[in-house]
Amino acid sequence: MSTALEIAAAVRAGTTTARKVVEEHLAVASAREGELHACNLLMTDDALAAADAVDEAVARGDDPGPLAGVPIALKDNMCTRGVPTTCSSKILEGWTPPYNATVVDRLRAAGAIVIAKTNLDEFAMGSSTENSAFGPTRNPHDPSRVPGGSSGGSAAAVAAGYAPLALGSDTGGSIRQPAALCGVVGMKPTYGAVSRYGLIAFASSLDQIGPFATTVADAAALLEVIGGHDPLDTTSIAGPAPAVTAELGRGVEGLRVGVVQELSGEGIDPDVAARVGEASDALTAAGAKVEDASVPACTFGLSAYYLIAPAEASSNLARFDGVRYGLRVDGEDITEMYNRTRTAGFGAEVKRRIMLGTYALSAGYYDAYYGKALKVRTLIARDFAAAYEQFDVLISPTAPTTAFAFGAKTENPLSMYLSDVCTIPSNLAGHPAISGPFGTGDDGLPVGVQVLAPALGEPVMFRVAAAIEAAAPRSAS
Amino acid sequence: MSKLDGWELVVGLEVHCELRTATKLFCGCPNMFGDVPNTNVCPVCLGLPGSLPVINRQAVELAMRIGAALNCSIEPSTFHRKNYFYPDMPKDYQVSQYDEPINVGGYLELPDGFRVGIERAHMEEDTGKTVHLGGQGRIHGSSHSLVDYNRSGVPLVEIVSAPDMRTSEQARAYVAELRAILVAIGASDGRMEEGSLRADANVSVRRPGEPLGTRCEIKNVNSLRSLGRAIEYEAARQVDLIDAGEKVQQQTRHWDDANGRTITGRTKEEAEDYRYFLEPDLVPLAPDAGWVERVRSALPALPAARRQRVASAAGAEPASQAVVTVVDLELDDLVCAAVAAGADGRTALARASNEVAANADAGRRLDAGAFADLVKLEAGGALTATQAKTVLGELLEAGGGDPATIAAARGFEAMDVSALDATIDEIIAANSDEWARYCEGDSKMQGFFVGLVMKATQGKADGKAVNAALRERGGR
Repeated sequence: MSTALEIAAAVRAGTTTARKVVEEHLAVASAREGELHACNLLMTDDALAAADAVDEAVARGDDPGPLAGVPIALKDNMCTRGVPTTCSSKILEGWTPPYNATVVDRLRAAGAIVIAKTNLDEFAMGSSTENSAFGPTRNPHDPSRVPGGSSGGSAAAVAAGYAPLALGSDTGGSIRQPAALCGVVGMKPTYGAVSRYGLIAFASSLDQIGPFATTVADAAALLEVIGGHDPLDTTSIAGPAPAVTAELGRGVEGLRVGVVQELSGEGIDPDVAARVGEASDALTAAGAKVEDASVPACTFGLSAYYLIAPAEASSNLARFDGVRYGLRVDGEDITEMYNRTRTAGFGAEVKRRIMLGTYALSAGYYDAYYGKALKVRTLIARDFAAAYEQFDVLISPTAPTTAFAFGAKTENPLSMYLSDVCTIPSNLAGHPAISGPFGTGDDGLPVGVQVLAPALGEPVMFRVAAAIEAAAPRSAS
Repeated sequence: MSKLDGWELVVGLEVHCELRTATKLFCGCPNMFGDVPNTNVCPVCLGLPGSLPVINRQAVELAMRIGAALNCSIEPSTFHRKNYFYPDMPKDYQVSQYDEPINVGGYLELPDGFRVGIERAHMEEDTGKTVHLGGQGRIHGSSHSLVDYNRSGVPLVEIVSAPDMRTSEQARAYVAELRAILVAIGASDGRMEEGSLRADANVSVRRPGEPLGTRCEIKNVNSLRSLGRAIEYEAARQVDLIDAGEKVQQQTRHWDDANGRTITGRTKEEAEDYRYFLEPDLVPLAPDAGWVERVRSALPALPAARRQRVASAAGAEPASQAVVTVVDLELDDLVCAAVAAGADGRTALARASNEVAANADAGRRLDAGAFADLVKLEAGGALTATQAKTVLGELLEAGGGDPATIAAARGFEAMDVSALDATIDEIIAANSDEWARYCEGDSKMQGFFVGLVMKATQGKADGKAVNAALRERGGR
């Protein structure tokens, strides 16, 4: 399969058509979707119409955009005008947004073709896509394993060749962890680098939209299309998208790379740790200065995250009350209607987090839980800042394990939560991080290596990711 | 109900003011009262999934203007989410300023000089409006409810006073003065009946010198008259409770205007836990010093200063009813302009606060030069008061004109004194018995003779001159 950049170049040059590209990818999707269930919706007609529009632009001699004719899959928590957007929840089943997320408009303007809405853990809460109300997604490398989550559908769609690109959202690792488990590149931008307008919120202070791709260069190109200030999102950073493509060939000579000790020892499978060691050796060989780094407060990240994210979620998900849209189960009075609607509409994990978050914010408990978690968040940012005085980037495993079997962690939520132990600190700090595939574990399944950088450190982060990609063993599966 | 003898009433007020912005607080929808339900809505003010708020700069500016007008310190501020479920609140949380409001620590001076402390004046979004159908308009007994989200997201500033007021009159005067200020600075249209200004009263009673008593918050007060009645009722209710050996429970109570009483709402124990936390979709609001300074220096003259100005121009007391009225109705410029043009201040104030005030909309459009000319004609004796009022009526209708021309067209000309004397002589001769009684001091006869003179002169005579002439001849 071609990369996104190869496809765009061919479509722009007229050596292929967007329609042909889209038809090929839809054929792959149709062939594998029955087995994988990566998508909630394949947008065949819309995609072909959009492809024809790109081809017409090329024929007219208009600039069809940097991603002309490139198929892309969208996590189904991003609003698409006139196209159902479900968050893989029964409570939103059948709801059709009257507006596009900013990223969707930017993709269209760049000539990309949205071909699917992908499956996710309900409201992006989970690490395996098993929490989808519409059934789990399977890992293309081994359909008996999970694809990771919550953006499991997007990761699987890219890994299986439905599209060279996808968008996911990352609140605690929901792009990077499934990217690692599916053997693709996944990146979470600096908080505010990509507009959240139209992303259905899980935890607003942590959520970021980011790219999935098969190569670091494709991920860079996609970030440049979706990033940059959006007047509709007050928390978006002023200025244009980070310019990262130009950094990719610069190598890592002289860069200072720290291996995060707190994310490297206990709880990390030895084969995963071994791949991270090999990646750091490769960076050393490429001229980087690799040393051990310490970010002590990282060890409290998981605890802080599971107070802050549910607290915000308990408020963000209040609006799903049956009054205005989505599911409504009638009752004798408004309270009973609320209760019945939310009882029927939300799955177990969503309910668990709403209750956790409601409790953490309650009078008398706020200081002990939510308030303390905010302090930990500050500590993590402080410890990262100290580490970045010594290092340009940090590296760690993306996930403690390779893809696990269905049901392996569903009985014990805490064991599932631990899947995100390496990715959560970047969200709490608002920093960018990227996961790229680097070899396989003892089970032959992909391993991801994570590169972390300080806020707005995307350029140096992409340099290092490109170097790791260049050194990675070929063909992860 | 008992009297408040021996008790001190303590009142603090929370006034919600809908800001007069073009658009809503967090989106571009029109901020418009009375449109077809659910027409001024978008994904943001409907709280659709994925939508995000963007703060309205004009709303921030008006909020700062309120702070400046109330002598507050204008500070960097943040927004919180106040979480509770209600169908007219589309996100099931309200975005409101909590522990870091934009305006803190000011005061408002009443016309009589009494200062009411302002604790804070913070920004928040309004909710939609629920209508309960198939019953009495209340939720109990209704078959269903409809929600209009046109008001959802309209910018509000909540102005919280200190518990400084001691009478219901003071509370009314506070709201009246606050309303006048908000209108003067362009922050509000001041329409209490449309809900653009809404007052909640915190009422408690105590023996003078004792600590504050337990308060009740009275909601749903939507006129100055209701405010006074609600406070009086509530104070008496609390005194009755205490006299009966019971305790006042801290609670929210609703004013039932039709029955003139407050009824129980939520008690403190039942109070909702709003789970406030910092709104992650908005960044802190930090107006730079230059902006704050521009807002402060661009503040128009406030009602207190305008009362002072018009009072000194007209030779009246700043707290007098006529002065308060012309400032309230924004007719003070008319009076001041007339005085500046050389007209008599007392006469100008009298006409402005009566005849013009009765038709204030026209009065604000009235040509100031024409008004000044009219006042000069009346004060100079060329027109009687009655004639002047008639001419003023025409001026108001037309928006201006030449008072002298109008008076001439109506045949209004002040009678010359000799003609008046002759007329009076004739009338006295024809009514000698009555005249004798007048001269003996029968006060009823004054009106009798004035009436005859006015009739004979077809109203052209100046009433004052007639009275004076009659008294002179009658030796009274």
